[in-house]
Amino acid sequence: MTATDTETKTAGPRPAKLGAVGWARWFWRTLTSMRTALILLFLFALASVPGSVWPQRGVSDGKVAQYYADSPELAEWLDRFWLFDVFKAPWFAAIYLLLFVSLIGCVLPRTAAHLRELRRRPPAAPRNLSRLPQHAVLDADLTVEEAAGRLRRLRFRVDTGPDWVAAEKGYLKETGNLLFHVALVGVLVAVGIGALYGYRGNVLVVEGDGFANTVAAYDRYTPGRQVSAESLEPFSFTLKDFQATYIAQGEKRGQALDYAATLAVHDSPEAPERTYALKVNEPLDVNGTLTYLIDHGYAPTLRITDGSGQVAFEGAVPCLVVQPATFASECVIKIPDARPEQLGILAAFLPTTVPLQGGEWTSVFPGAANPTVQVYGAFAGDLGMRNGVPQSVYEIPAEVLKKLRPLTMKAEPLAVGEKLDLPGGAGSIEFTGVKEWIALQISHDPGRLPALIAAGLATVAVVFSLTVRRRRVWVRIGDGGAEAGGLTRTEGGDFGEEFAEIVAALNHGSNPGVKDAR
Amino acid sequence: MPAEVDPGLAALSDQLILVTVVLYAIAMIGYALDLAFGRTRSGSPAKAAAEPALAAVGAGTAASAEAGAAAAPGGSGSGTPAEAAGDGGAEKAPPSWVMRAGTAATVLAWLGFAVNLGSVLTRGLATGRWPWGNMYEFVVAMCLAAMGAFLLMQLRYPVRFLGAFVSAAAGLGIGYAVHSLHVAAGPAMVALNSYWIAIHVSAAIIASGLFIVAGACGVIYLIRHDAADHLPTRQELERVAHRAIVIGFPIWTFAVIAGALWADKAWGRYWGWDPKEIWAFITWIVYAGYLHARATAGWKGRAATAVQLVAFASLLFNLIGVNIFFEGLHSYAELPD
Repeated sequence: MTATDTETKTAGPRPAKLGAVGWARWFWRTLTSMRTALILLFLFALASVPGSVWPQRGVSDGKVAQYYADSPELAEWLDRFWLFDVFKAPWFAAIYLLLFVSLIGCVLPRTAAHLRELRRRPPAAPRNLSRLPQHAVLDADLTVEEAAGRLRRLRFRVDTGPDWVAAEKGYLKETGNLLFHVALVGVLVAVGIGALYGYRGNVLVVEGDGFANTVAAYDRYTPGRQVSAESLEPFSFTLKDFQATYIAQGEKRGQALDYAATLAVHDSPEAPERTYALKVNEPLDVNGTLTYLIDHGYAPTLRITDGSGQVAFEGAVPCLVVQPATFASECVIKIPDARPEQLGILAAFLPTTVPLQGGEWTSVFPGAANPTVQVYGAFAGDLGMRNGVPQSVYEIPAEVLKKLRPLTMKAEPLAVGEKLDLPGGAGSIEFTGVKEWIALQISHDPGRLPALIAAGLATVAVVFSLTVRRRRVWVRIGDGGAEAGGLTRTEGGDFGEEFAEIVAALNHGSNPGVKDAR
Repeated sequence: MPAEVDPGLAALSDQLILVTVVLYAIAMIGYALDLAFGRTRSGSPAKAAAEPALAAVGAGTAASAEAGAAAAPGGSGSGTPAEAAGDGGAEKAPPSWVMRAGTAATVLAWLGFAVNLGSVLTRGLATGRWPWGNMYEFVVAMCLAAMGAFLLMQLRYPVRFLGAFVSAAAGLGIGYAVHSLHVAAGPAMVALNSYWIAIHVSAAIIASGLFIVAGACGVIYLIRHDAADHLPTRQELERVAHRAIVIGFPIWTFAVIAGALWADKAWGRYWGWDPKEIWAFITWIVYAGYLHARATAGWKGRAATAVQLVAFASLLFNLIGVNIFFEGLHSYAELPD
């Protein structure tokens, strides 16, 4: 965008009498000037940098929470400047909205000008062709009609006078340029549509469990402003099986080779069941709502008996992966229904357990070759879950933990089928089996396709904008013979080579081989 | 999912890459000699080589460089006349051994490029996948692309002066990759098992290679004095840089969009402000800024070159810094411990 051509229309500003209209006009001219656009462009880039420096909400919430835990005061201040939400910050929006207004303000008048130029004839030949950057003397017997025809054959737009021919081509450059910028506005609009009409949710599913696409089923759900709970695609599925394979030997031992989840899917409550193998890079698509496999881990199944002899908990406990290389995981089990006291259990899950020196245990491989559950803390007391403060299921808050009564610390690891009796008849913990969990992201973004189309258009357009050259050629036929002159309005191009070809074509127009002679 | 790696091919690839570094290093010396003892170029814009020279060279150089490569020991220096033509005004003819050094450098650079390519190919064959699945492979491929971009440009334009800089950058880049980033050949991470790696990463590699050539021009631009020098004129440097960026920018745009498409498949959103995405975006913006700056009065020359180098710095930061400093979804670097 070169916007300088819009800046010269009015006379110099008279500051003393600049009224509201004058100020508006001044503001608009400043905003749509190339210099402002460039500054906004660089500000846009600069404003994105903090987004990579500080953790962002919605991208890495865990790290934001960690930041608050580590340095609460600094985090508070950072949050005041939206530095954990850079891309939703008002100052970020201000920059890109100004940039796009500037862009539109620049593109609109240029589109009008370009449309006028598309309908206009090429400008008449200048008097002295030898002053042009390119100049050549042509064969003397050339006529105006011949020259015009030969230039048309080279796909020039041609106009003729009594003794001259004017030709121009390369309009596609400006077309591409304008289209590129319009397409960028299209990308912005598509992103906006996605943010308003799309939603995204996360859910963790253990093998054997199901999921139905309703707001209540999500662990986390972020809808766009225009999304209603009823509009969710009514599909459901059951996780039949999850399989991960790892490299067993060599330097890369433990690296995952592949993982796949087998889902039994109902596209709608009435639809028949179908089986889908969900993999990374291969999401499940149900009418434009996509389900992605984004994480996985282990969920040992436990049977926990309380002090009254009742089974207070039986089921799978999804454990969070602590060491991604070996899938050593940490599990938290909270049993508010246990009697006489509530129970809280902290345990480690080690998929391939080996003993270390000094009574420690570790996992050496992510596959479940020798799975154990090691209870490293069993507590009795009030878990504080009924006081209304929401708790994460994956942790017992430190202040609650302090008030609990420890029963067992650092028990021996349990293999599948083994049972740990809690001291004082407080109950028992039995490790009954190993399941796996998968973390899914389910999203619906109606802006995807428009964004793709706009982005594709922008790419094609920018190629035309950058590679096509606008060039003009004139031929003048007088008593002394014929001459040709040419110029390109784009700098940097070596027009000389092409001009030589054009001259050759003008001289031997009937010879079809000339164009390809190089 | 082939987990098997051909150890023979993998070892061959590792040996070829060492040969590549040696060849690039010697080519760099040859180019440097050519640059240091070759023609002196006027610093004033008036004397700068202009379009006719470029035009004259355009057709001939491809053939002459090929001939130069074939007839290296004969030492007729057939690669040089083209450049002499592009020089505008040679103050004194350089000694003939300088021409031979320059020609030998071109031959060695092509040889190095071929061996580099061989190393990338054998790595890919050894692992049975696209050979840019981790940072070592990516850096090696990017150096290959930079060298390829330079050598192809040299076929058509008089850009031999870039040789010393590009082959030094490629040699150092590969040396760094071998020394600090090398991991044994093996299967890539699960997330990379997609045909998108062929599209997205290849485009990023090619664009990066072109941007490296432009970056080299930018650096020379800044170190060049106004006085007569062995280095080419600032206008020539700007022209070469601009040409590389004009080709690189759409490819980079495509790479970013292909990345978004892949992200849409793999992560459930086409754009999520992951650190790598942020820096790819910044790089794109600043190169776009450069293209606009070139078209705006008052920003040409030094200012545009500075913008270009800022963009180049963010490209390099995205390649190296983001993998090291930030944790994100693009953590495929597999950096050795």
